[in-house]
Amino acid sequence: MATTPQRLPGSTANFAPVYAQNIYGMNDRIKQLRKQSVETEPSLSIERALIETNFYKENEGKYPVPVLRALNFLEICKQKTIYIGPGELIVGERGPRPKSVPTFPELTCHSVEDLHVLNTRELQRYTISQEDIDTYAREVIPYWQGRTQRERIFSHVPGSWRKLYEAGLFTEFMEQRAPGHTAMDGKLYRMGLLDLKEKIATVLQSLDFINDPEATDRQEELTAMSISCDAAILFAERHACLALQMAETESDPQRAAELRLIAEVCRRVPAHAPRTFHEAIQMYWFVHLGTITELNGWDAMNPGHFDQHLAPFYEREIAAGTLTRNQAKELLSCFWIKVNNHPAPPKVGITARESGTYNDFTNINIGGVKPDGSDGVSEVSYIMLEVIEELQILQPGSSIHISSRTSDRFLHAGCRVIRQGHGYPSVFNPDAYIPEMLRQGKTLRDAREGGCSGCIEVGAFGKEAYLLTGYLNVPKILEITLNNGVDPVTGKQVSIQTGEATAFTSWNELYEAFLRQLEYIVDQKAKVNNYIDRMFAKYAPATFLSLFIDDCIERGKDYYNGGPRYNTTYIQCTGLGTVTDSLSVLKVHVFEQKTITMAELLEALRLNFQGKEPLRQLILNCTPFFGNDDEAADSIALQVYNDLFRTIDGIPNIKGGSYHLNMLSTTCHVYFGKVTGATPNGRLAGTTISDGTSPSHGADTHGPAAVIRSLGKLDQVKSGGTLLNQRFMPSLLKHDEDVRKLGMLIRSYFALGGHHIQFNVVDSATLYAAQQKPEDYRDLLVRMAGYSDYFNDMNTDLQADIIARTEQESF
Amino acid sequence: MAMGLLFDIKRYAIHDGPGIRITLFFKGCPLSCVWCHNPEGISPRPEKMYTARKCIGCGICIKGCPSGALAFTPQGIRTNPHACTLCGTCADRCPSLATELSGTGWSVEEAMREIRKETIVMDHSGGGVTLCGGEPLMQKQFLLDILQACGREGIHRTVDTSLYAPAATVREVIPHTDLFLVDLKHMDPEQHRRYCGVPNEPILRNLQLVAGSGTPFYIRIPLIKGFNATHENIEATAAFLASLPWKEKKLSCCLITISGKTNTKNSEPATIRKQSPYSLRTKKRPPG
Repeated sequence: MATTPQRLPGSTANFAPVYAQNIYGMNDRIKQLRKQSVETEPSLSIERALIETNFYKENEGKYPVPVLRALNFLEICKQKTIYIGPGELIVGERGPRPKSVPTFPELTCHSVEDLHVLNTRELQRYTISQEDIDTYAREVIPYWQGRTQRERIFSHVPGSWRKLYEAGLFTEFMEQRAPGHTAMDGKLYRMGLLDLKEKIATVLQSLDFINDPEATDRQEELTAMSISCDAAILFAERHACLALQMAETESDPQRAAELRLIAEVCRRVPAHAPRTFHEAIQMYWFVHLGTITELNGWDAMNPGHFDQHLAPFYEREIAAGTLTRNQAKELLSCFWIKVNNHPAPPKVGITARESGTYNDFTNINIGGVKPDGSDGVSEVSYIMLEVIEELQILQPGSSIHISSRTSDRFLHAGCRVIRQGHGYPSVFNPDAYIPEMLRQGKTLRDAREGGCSGCIEVGAFGKEAYLLTGYLNVPKILEITLNNGVDPVTGKQVSIQTGEATAFTSWNELYEAFLRQLEYIVDQKAKVNNYIDRMFAKYAPATFLSLFIDDCIERGKDYYNGGPRYNTTYIQCTGLGTVTDSLSVLKVHVFEQKTITMAELLEALRLNFQGKEPLRQLILNCTPFFGNDDEAADSIALQVYNDLFRTIDGIPNIKGGSYHLNMLSTTCHVYFGKVTGATPNGRLAGTTISDGTSPSHGADTHGPAAVIRSLGKLDQVKSGGTLLNQRFMPSLLKHDEDVRKLGMLIRSYFALGGHHIQFNVVDSATLYAAQQKPEDYRDLLVRMAGYSDYFNDMNTDLQADIIARTEQESF
Repeated sequence: MAMGLLFDIKRYAIHDGPGIRITLFFKGCPLSCVWCHNPEGISPRPEKMYTARKCIGCGICIKGCPSGALAFTPQGIRTNPHACTLCGTCADRCPSLATELSGTGWSVEEAMREIRKETIVMDHSGGGVTLCGGEPLMQKQFLLDILQACGREGIHRTVDTSLYAPAATVREVIPHTDLFLVDLKHMDPEQHRRYCGVPNEPILRNLQLVAGSGTPFYIRIPLIKGFNATHENIEATAAFLASLPWKEKKLSCCLITISGKTNTKNSEPATIRKQSPYSLRTKKRPPG
């Protein structure tokens, strides 16, 4: 097993010394659990695949699909290895042990070659034994040939879609993982699964088999939901049994008592609503595990406003004297480590390139507003910040939510954690995202109960399926516009013809052509998305997840089949900075000032600026670029943003909802950069494009106050999330007063309508040093895009991307 | 309205007074401190700055120079100071910003337009505008015009100054200033003259003037080994400060080690004048 050299937080510039006596956890239990979690290398477990394959072999065709899926989930809960580790207070693992990840062959079945690659690749490695690979090849792979979701999708897609996909104009999320991106509201702390079963029974009673043509479908779905409840209760009961068994042989009386308590908790939840702080956390954790065991949804699962959900339990128990602040913190620490025990199931191919990380995007919302609009910050919020600061682990991600009602005290506490330089928490603005949801048609209460999950996407927690469907490479759309629909990287005609660039007589003409390309490509993507939606509704309903999303039970419909109250489809647009700057170069230099001819520029792009350095320098230094509070560039960004919105927003999906714009990039801007040639803004071929709504790397030279003004010009309420990355020198946050000013900068951005901002507090010297001597920087966490990752787990492209971000230095 | 000569404008300035500020750097300074970290701010005229590491050797400046004052050398582009008329053509045409003009003319309205961009940030942070340099008091009329314009718009005004100026100027500026940041470098006139090029009497006298007016001021002392970081000087400084009527006591020191690293970013190591790599943060407009 690999050993991880531990670097003390105080040992480099980017980590200010924190609680020297409490490094990596508040006590020995937490330190031990954290150590195990961090040092265990992720591995693949074939247990789930074997149980599922055997079950499918025997039962496929015997039951309606929803019931088949629920029985399959029940079978897994019945058979899978139960794990309770030494010292654990919160229990339950998706795999047979921590960091052991199952596969989901019903979605995408890894080949023997895939498994070898996963076992040996440099980054994001998942170990698996040869024996397991042999078993997989014998028992699992043959059965799933031709039956996986991935094969269903790729056998359907039209040639026109495939050309665009292969050229890298967009990606497709659902080819390897199921739609997920959801978060919980507060209902699971009020109702146990037995309560939900009763609710299901009532709906079943009222089905109208005379007049409702879908009554039978509803009956099947509801029956399946009810079976899913049984499965999760059984899963918890098996933990209770194991805990009692362990307590009997445990020599340490204190641990034996803990094990008996665990058994009691596991018999209470998830069958019944939780009564204590401990039960509340365990309740959520069982629901979390059920969701990620049933299927492999994107963004794992999110507890939503976890501090708000736990605060009533905390306050009640503190008042009653049955819980101390430290006990609460210990339980939360245990929970945090549990999430870290669950790396994302491995991805392959393009999807691995667009999202190459162990991080599975659980994002805990801290602070914000309550459903009644009041301030959501409680003592639990502060405890969570302490846990984040002390544990310094990859997962879960966390975010602080700063509304106009949030106190400066909480903002400052959050900024102090940001200063530690691990890239979290990120910062969200409820005063922007609540109107975003209202604009999409949610009620005020549902919108306030919502927040941000995964990276930055906004949704009504517990009431919405908001599916990210893939990234759109906006700079590449401009590239093919300049080449009349041909991808200059491969020379293939991949899109429609919109005219030769040299024939455009004005910037407006060029821009019109760009819009025609955009519309064509979005249309292609949406058509296939809708097909994929149907595939999931038909073959892979999520009957357990559906229990917790209103109004799936009332409607008797699955999460994937229009059951939720709100059904949103997002397309994430990447590279606003790159495309804005490129359009600015075309506008200023080619059409207005005529310093460069179109032919010259196209030639320079074709040559990747080889031998054209003076031209490139002129472009880089003498063009208005986005992010400098320069109206000339910012107006172009606004125009592109508005046109992306107009093109995407409101396209109906087939579940009664519609498409909305999202401005997220995760790591996809790096993949998109690879497949995009040189761009007019002086960016060289193959290098990364800009992320989210951030300015292009190095283009924002007027400091963060100018950046937020530029971003503030976009009407962010039209989107379902924007993303702004800022890299700060540690010296900019040296004094407490500087940290306070960071908070003021955040307040200013939010007053300008900003949705999200996140900070990397690390200097270039540290990053270069980490590249040179990775062994000394094993725990250097940096902010990628909507989540944090270990610098050493990133490939060199991603590392270069982080380093290239403009470093806002101290003045 | 007077025109001013500025050599930089910085936004998100967080070490130049309360809150988040926008700082305007006035070009021209009567002092010539040996540790000066903004040496391009000393001369009261525009200057040509050349940064060899940014030069790509394209030769566009040489071809474009109307006076034929430029030539290639192994060290980069060399300017013949006798031929150069400081017309700025080379800086305009340089694609890589290796050659730049330090010092551009600003009208009060142009400066106010930049300042107003920061309104939201100033409002949320309790910040404002800081006028520093160089020495802002050297451009009295422009300074007063900006101070008054900001005053009309309720923007907090800080003047960061050496206070080396005629007392009459200081008297005129006081009513339009909300906060002074004053450098107190040495109490001994001879030492002050030796390291800063000017005597300190006007500075001490003006500081008494500021203190007497009731306008808040912060004292900042660059502590420099071998110059003022001595027991006697610190004692003398303390005695002098104690004698002042002080409303809001705020004193900060930063330790500067000549020719070595310093402990704050605000004071870069700079022993050799006019050679520190420097770039204008305001991007050039496209040529033509």
